[in-house]
Amino acid sequence: MTGPKTGIHRETRMTRYLTTTALALSMIGGTAMAEPVKVGMITTLSGGGASLGIDTRDGFMLAVEEAGNSELEVVIEDDQRKPEVAVQLSDEMIQSEDVDVLTGIVWSNLAMAVVPGATRQGKFYLSTNAAPSQLAGKGCHENYFSVSYQNDNLHEAAGQYATDEGFGSMFIMAPNYPAGQDSLSGFKRFYDGEVASEVYTQLGQTDYAAEIAQIRDSGADALFFFLPGGMGISFMKQWAEAGIDMPVVGPAFSFSQDILPAIGEAAVGVKNTAQWSPDLDNEANKAFVAGFEEKYDRLPSLYAAQGYDTARLLLSAMEKADIADAEAFREALRAAEFDSVRGDFAFGPNQHPVQDIYVREVISEDGTLTNKIVATAMEDRGDAYAEECSM
Amino acid sequence: MLLLIEQLLNGLQSGLMLFLMAAGLTLVFGVMGLINLAHGSLYMIGAFACAGVAAATGSFWLGLAASIAAAAAAGAIVEVAVIRRLYRRDHLDQVLATFALILIFSEGTRWLYGSFPLYLNVPPSLSGSVTLPGGIQYSLFRLAIIGAGLLVAVGLFLLIGKTRIGVQVRAGEADREMIAALGVDIGRLYTLVFALGAALAGMAGALVGTIQSVQVGMGEPVLILAFVVIVIGGIGSIKGALVGALLVGLTDTMGRVLLPSIFDLFMETSAATSVGAALASMAIYILMALVLIVKPGGLFGARA
Repeated sequence: MTGPKTGIHRETRMTRYLTTTALALSMIGGTAMAEPVKVGMITTLSGGGASLGIDTRDGFMLAVEEAGNSELEVVIEDDQRKPEVAVQLSDEMIQSEDVDVLTGIVWSNLAMAVVPGATRQGKFYLSTNAAPSQLAGKGCHENYFSVSYQNDNLHEAAGQYATDEGFGSMFIMAPNYPAGQDSLSGFKRFYDGEVASEVYTQLGQTDYAAEIAQIRDSGADALFFFLPGGMGISFMKQWAEAGIDMPVVGPAFSFSQDILPAIGEAAVGVKNTAQWSPDLDNEANKAFVAGFEEKYDRLPSLYAAQGYDTARLLLSAMEKADIADAEAFREALRAAEFDSVRGDFAFGPNQHPVQDIYVREVISEDGTLTNKIVATAMEDRGDAYAEECSM
Repeated sequence: MLLLIEQLLNGLQSGLMLFLMAAGLTLVFGVMGLINLAHGSLYMIGAFACAGVAAATGSFWLGLAASIAAAAAAGAIVEVAVIRRLYRRDHLDQVLATFALILIFSEGTRWLYGSFPLYLNVPPSLSGSVTLPGGIQYSLFRLAIIGAGLLVAVGLFLLIGKTRIGVQVRAGEADREMIAALGVDIGRLYTLVFALGAALAGMAGALVGTIQSVQVGMGEPVLILAFVVIVIGGIGSIKGALVGALLVGLTDTMGRVLLPSIFDLFMETSAATSVGAALASMAIYILMALVLIVKPGGLFGARA
């Protein structure tokens, strides 16, 4: 997620209409024809953060194609990681495309720009990734579901893990923007030890020599950092070069399958927290990982898994209710009766997940870097904001 | 104290890489009067060429050579095909056209390499760290970058100051009609200068890409810093580019390190780090504003 504010904008715009057509013939029989559901996916398909959006889209579309439900139509647009483009796309999708459900936004600032307006207009929003605290607490909405997590969760789990491991003092670091500040406060919420030093880096920063020198100098027991996307790649490469012998803990974003190959061996051994891992032992996950590899010829990332689960949740609701009856459809979503690739999955009172969060370790398996679960950091974790939500 | 010296080295290293970027930009602006926004794309091309060739051959050094060659070639082709038509146009046209080039290069790179960041790592012979006099542990590759940056700086000064081509470049800055009248093939000179600037940008991209991440769009943030550098240094001046780049590199690094600890003296730690970091990200722009107040043409600006 290198989000450097460059002032240089790409004007490209990609429009793709994907319609599933299979299984139309098998509909013959006694099944009542439900209203078709039209989904608008707004995600980042160009620019620095494109790999996250591409994985989200590919995971989502894999589930759609597997289901072969001809009643589901998906319109995909590229937000270029710009809030104003995302808002424009959502207006267009709601007004001209007349979609029923919006989904796909990767970044919290884009979600904040789009979600409140969409839910107010009676559309459903299913979040495949971004889940800022504002939408989990006072700003919660009956039409807003976060399928991924609440933003703080993975950082909280990292804090819990650091406590469990008995790290007495931690050096903690994140970029200076709202999600970065939430990250450090999430970490501290569950970390009992002493914070040796707390550093905010610039958003989009790529050189970490100065911070690495500070970390070496701090004498902390371990390092926690949250640097998504390209920032994490840069940091881990420079960290490995510096040869500092200190355990590293972080949320999964810097060690997700989309960027592990770019970091290389430098990532091996790092502990990272996530609610999903490719080696999670359940039927749905095995089928997902195999299906994704077969179709796209690469291992799925966390974002792909979240996209996949979101589509499966939607499909499960379509089985049970008609989108024309918003109340019933909402209930069907809330029930979350689908086989999640995470295993157990349920929604809490603010329609954010209640789920286990794991500690994964980066391993090298036959020359491919991937993650393996080594511990469970938190069980049935909801989030810190649910009680502020009056729903 | 040791930490401070290490941080000075870090500032020096980032400044020298900025110099490689800014040198080409300032030459092109000074000699041809052209604003080239696509300079960041040449940086990206260097990094991708290095990563691609290094992955294919297993040799970082071949990759580095390829990065310089690829960026120079891309620069020369772009100059002949597009830029040449822009010299007589006004700056807005130049900005629009070179902006279009950014889009073409970015999407072209994505088409060739895909959207996922590429792997490029430090060659084994330069990996790890060394102990400097005084007991400072410092990354060998960063030291090598500092060395390479200094060498290029010296080479560039000799080229501009002591050679025939250098004379022509300086003359071209001063009066392009006159040197054309004296029989210098101005078209060839422009292509050469543009390719030289591109090669430097490509080299910077490869060296920096090795310790950072190689991905589409990596050039634009650096481009902005390079513009700050040439505005501080004075447009068209190589000396200005060097001084400006070192000032920006050191201000940025030291600001990030020192400001939070300064605020920590009289504020609560959490707030101090946050405020310090915010101010640090503004530091180079504040520096630029101060320089422009004192010297509106930049430190070594020829045409103030």
